[in-house]
Amino acid sequence: MTVANNTNHSVGQAGSRLLSRLVDMLQSHWKVLVVGIPFIWLLLFFLAPFIIVIKISLAESLIASPPYTPLYERAEDGVLTIRVIFENYSYLWEDDLYINSYINSLKIASVSTVLCLLIGYPMAYGITRSSPTTKNILLMLIILPFWTSFLLRVYAWMGLLADQGTINSLLIWLGVIDEPIRMLYSELAVYIGIVYSYLPFMILPLYANMEKLNMSLNEAAADLGAKPTIAFLTVTLPLTVPGIIAGSLLVFIPATGEFVIPDLLGGGNVLMIGRILSDEFNSNSDWPIASAVAIVLLIVLVLPMMLYQRIQARERQNS
Amino acid sequence: MKQRRSTFILSMLCFGLAFLYVPMILLIIYSFNYSKLVPVWGGFSTRWYTVLFESEEMWAALGLSLRIALVNATFAMILGTLAGIALVRFGRFRGRTLFSGLITAPLVMPEVITGLSLLLFFIALSHLFGWPQRGFTTITIAHITFSLAYVAVIIQSRLSGMGTDLEDAAQDLGARPLRVMFDITLPLLAPGMIAGWLLAFTLSLDDLIIASFVSGPGSNTLPMLIYSRVKVGLRPDINALATIMIVMVTIGVLLACWLMIRQKHLLDRDANTK
Repeated sequence: MTVANNTNHSVGQAGSRLLSRLVDMLQSHWKVLVVGIPFIWLLLFFLAPFIIVIKISLAESLIASPPYTPLYERAEDGVLTIRVIFENYSYLWEDDLYINSYINSLKIASVSTVLCLLIGYPMAYGITRSSPTTKNILLMLIILPFWTSFLLRVYAWMGLLADQGTINSLLIWLGVIDEPIRMLYSELAVYIGIVYSYLPFMILPLYANMEKLNMSLNEAAADLGAKPTIAFLTVTLPLTVPGIIAGSLLVFIPATGEFVIPDLLGGGNVLMIGRILSDEFNSNSDWPIASAVAIVLLIVLVLPMMLYQRIQARERQNS
Repeated sequence: MKQRRSTFILSMLCFGLAFLYVPMILLIIYSFNYSKLVPVWGGFSTRWYTVLFESEEMWAALGLSLRIALVNATFAMILGTLAGIALVRFGRFRGRTLFSGLITAPLVMPEVITGLSLLLFFIALSHLFGWPQRGFTTITIAHITFSLAYVAVIIQSRLSGMGTDLEDAAQDLGARPLRVMFDITLPLLAPGMIAGWLLAFTLSLDDLIIASFVSGPGSNTLPMLIYSRVKVGLRPDINALATIMIVMVTIGVLLACWLMIRQKHLLDRDANTK
């Protein structure tokens, strides 16, 4: 009885000692956990997958499972051979399909960015200059589409642009046209879709930038006799350049890799690299080529992406 | 001259808002159309809502999407909060540059690349360990990876906005760092964490590309199901679904705004009475 009691006691003691040591450890090392848990997650599920893509892009396509050659092989005598081939990359370079898709993606993304800027800039300016209540309502109206499904908003345009869609029916009813104009499954539809989907991404950084501006500078310019156009070009516009760059990058980067919009609104008629990548992988099962397409897309976008990160970092330092 | 410019600004605002909202309004109107051909008006009807509610496929997809979104939002909130705290409060530590790079990269990475790389990674893993099965697990892991970055951004901006005064005071009064974290920092961060949770939930519910890359046979999320139907053409039951989603989001956003305005009023009143 006493023996049992004793052991119970010592077990309890050991337990509480363990617990207090655990608490001590937590007290002194908790920072390691705070950094470590998300860090390990990202290394495992973001960096490692990426390295695998690079690896597969350097392999040869095979009809097997997995459908690519291994990067290194250990022969029977223990010699390690590493096989790296750059054929996938030179293939991308030689085939017009890929080059044209990259160029077309960049063209569509740039034009859409400029269109977003042309529509978004006056809107952001208008929001900045409204009364506080109106401002809140307008901002809410800009943010609301963010929270609704991207896919369904693209779908909405299918109904508008179809041959028997709303726009064509309206134009025929008004007597402007006799035959429906083909708008769906064209480059025009892709432009509309991208501008529509990404417009809020342009307006919000512009608004955040203009909101911090001192509008009295503009008035000072006017008081000193500058015409509104001159005051705008020499005072307001230069001051909003950071907002313009941030908004443009937020539209340009995702638009270049866009897949849903060219697929649903462009049909087979619009070449964009996101669609090629997905086709290469899903329909052709050519993993090495798909990986090489992804790596080249990333190289194309790395400069704008780094620029955006720089701007964000500076923004954080300033605030 | 000034008058003319503000007319220009005003008409641009109206044009822009119309551009954003007319398609959504038409989507709602056509969901009550009797005709099977979406753009041809055939009288008012709610039959497409019945079709929608009777579709078992739709309910299964919605269930899967909601389960993924819930798990994702919770994990992303925890991991994103940890990451945000580490980046703002810990100063310099080893690997900080890589860490902050890894946090911002998912925000700007094209979705096709993230999706492809995660899929290839999961396939390699299951070759080696027989895990994970493609479906719920893989989609959730993929969603957590990009959602946590968004949460970290929200937490970072909230943390750097609130200063260290209260935390310093608690520490001066003898609270150990871990206690300061739980009693001061985390409660102050709560609104940011809730916002992050909601954003992660919505991002997950909205994602099509990454989910279609990493999902396996038989596990269709709601966006994947919508996509497979819409790809063939216009479908009135999708209009009905869109209407329900738009109405729910609108109610949610209005509610959030109302709560924020009320809180601000209460704070103002408190400040006035003191």
